[in-house]
Amino acid sequence: MDNVTVEASELTRVYGNNAVVRDVSFSLNKGEVLGFLGPNGAGKSTTMKMLTGNLAPSSGSIKICGIDIIDRPKAAKALIGYLPETPPLYKELTVDEMLSLAARLHGVSRGSVKKAVQTAKERCGLTEMSRRLIDNLSKGYQQRVGIAQAIIHNPMVVILDEPTVGLDPIQIRDIRDLIKELGGEHSVILSTHILPEVEIVCDHVQIIHKGELVFNGSIDVLKQQRHGNRLLVGLRNAPAADELLKIAGVTGVEPAGESLLRVSFDEGAAAAEAIVQAAVGNSWGLYQISPDQTSLEDVFMQLTYQDAVAN
Amino acid sequence: MIFTIAGKELRSMFSSPMGWVILALLQFIFGTFFLVGIDQYFQTMSGALRPEQRVGVTEFVGHNVFSMASFIMLFAVPLLSMRLISEERKNQTLPFLFSAPLSLTEIVLGKFVGLVSFLTLVIAIIGAMMSSLNLWSELDFGYLASNLVGLWLLVASFSALGIFMSSLTQQPIVAAIITFVALFALLILDYFFASDPNSILSYFSLLRHFEPFSRGLVDTRDLAYFLLFILTFLTFTVRRLDADRLRG
Repeated sequence: MDNVTVEASELTRVYGNNAVVRDVSFSLNKGEVLGFLGPNGAGKSTTMKMLTGNLAPSSGSIKICGIDIIDRPKAAKALIGYLPETPPLYKELTVDEMLSLAARLHGVSRGSVKKAVQTAKERCGLTEMSRRLIDNLSKGYQQRVGIAQAIIHNPMVVILDEPTVGLDPIQIRDIRDLIKELGGEHSVILSTHILPEVEIVCDHVQIIHKGELVFNGSIDVLKQQRHGNRLLVGLRNAPAADELLKIAGVTGVEPAGESLLRVSFDEGAAAAEAIVQAAVGNSWGLYQISPDQTSLEDVFMQLTYQDAVAN
Repeated sequence: MIFTIAGKELRSMFSSPMGWVILALLQFIFGTFFLVGIDQYFQTMSGALRPEQRVGVTEFVGHNVFSMASFIMLFAVPLLSMRLISEERKNQTLPFLFSAPLSLTEIVLGKFVGLVSFLTLVIAIIGAMMSSLNLWSELDFGYLASNLVGLWLLVASFSALGIFMSSLTQQPIVAAIITFVALFALLILDYFFASDPNSILSYFSLLRHFEPFSRGLVDTRDLAYFLLFILTFLTFTVRRLDADRLRG
């Protein structure tokens, strides 16, 4: 039990008659990175606000390391670092001032404030920005300051709401590395609508849709869904589907758009090779063959569909 | 924790021109009235009055400066208090405070203490200015102290109301205007009900409770009024912020 850092049970949030989040339950262990995935307006941010005590749930409970956030908000909040969607930064302060303010408010003892600020700056690559006004920093650097203020007190749980939004590719890579590093000793929850991001940094994934948890599981399941065992094949003189099914390993054929075929095959079968050989041998006029990568929407649809079937 | 937040507020005030400009402007106005007061004192007291009609220099100049100060603060405090919470709302920095291990009371008190310390500085400068008269004459320090305490309480009450108004809106300027109107109404309630001095409403007038202080009378009833006024509006502010958390 000691390993559980976040435990949410049956979280519900109602605005008027509209339930934005419905019966969301999950738990997170120490050292895990949990990705919150979902389209815009799915309730990701609302859930995160509830986890950090910024919003009171209509019903349900949240425990951070066993401490109920509603009964003992101070003790629970001391264990959380939170970066909201818009980094909450006082633009008139310098990076150092902002971070030491964050450290002191989060109860870092007077003597260790300096050290905490230094460590946070190093981890987020801000050492050269110490004396700059936050107002004058670029969006990417502001985002980093936002992350730095969330991890400054070395919290058990770090909650990041869309941490890589608005960053350039290099910064995104840096921040992903940082998140992975954080996952070593803290628990991290991050929300995003970028699928590759989840694949890179997360151990666990939750897909939230219209306020409900539609998928909750390990990242491997999602990876399989995404890359799948499918090829997109373009043939000028396409044979009947039966011909293709005769090729070793191929399990299904269906049309995909104009003169393209989506071919699914058994895991481990070298279907691509076999298809190319067959195409050459029978002069089917092969002009395209590529792995069929599904988009977020597709995976999303598949997962929601699967879930419905499972129920 | 309260003082950490108060320190941040003070820092923000001094890191923008606003704090300095208001400080300088207030000092200029008070200095002018101080000077005019002394000038008039010499003119008025140079013989035309019979000895029993004469008042001391503390009271003469003090009345001049302090009645002006209470009026000027009516404009200055809303300008300083307007951004305390509304700007945080606008810049979406409130989650920073809400997700830190702080109670709402600490947040509100921190902001209140920050603003009041700034204003205490202004009042301290007035006190120092008045005390400088002691170099040439004998001052009535009791009278001076009562006036300073009265002004301080008045200004603290303005601040409490200002913070509450600031928590209601996202627009600092709207907060400033509402604060100003509310304060002005409270100040002149007395005037509206002048015909009926026993009316309950006129009892709520801020000026009516400030007036004894300006005569040099520290009355516990007035002290209690100001303290309750401050407490009420700070509680309202806490409730308002709590509603944010509950209603979203």
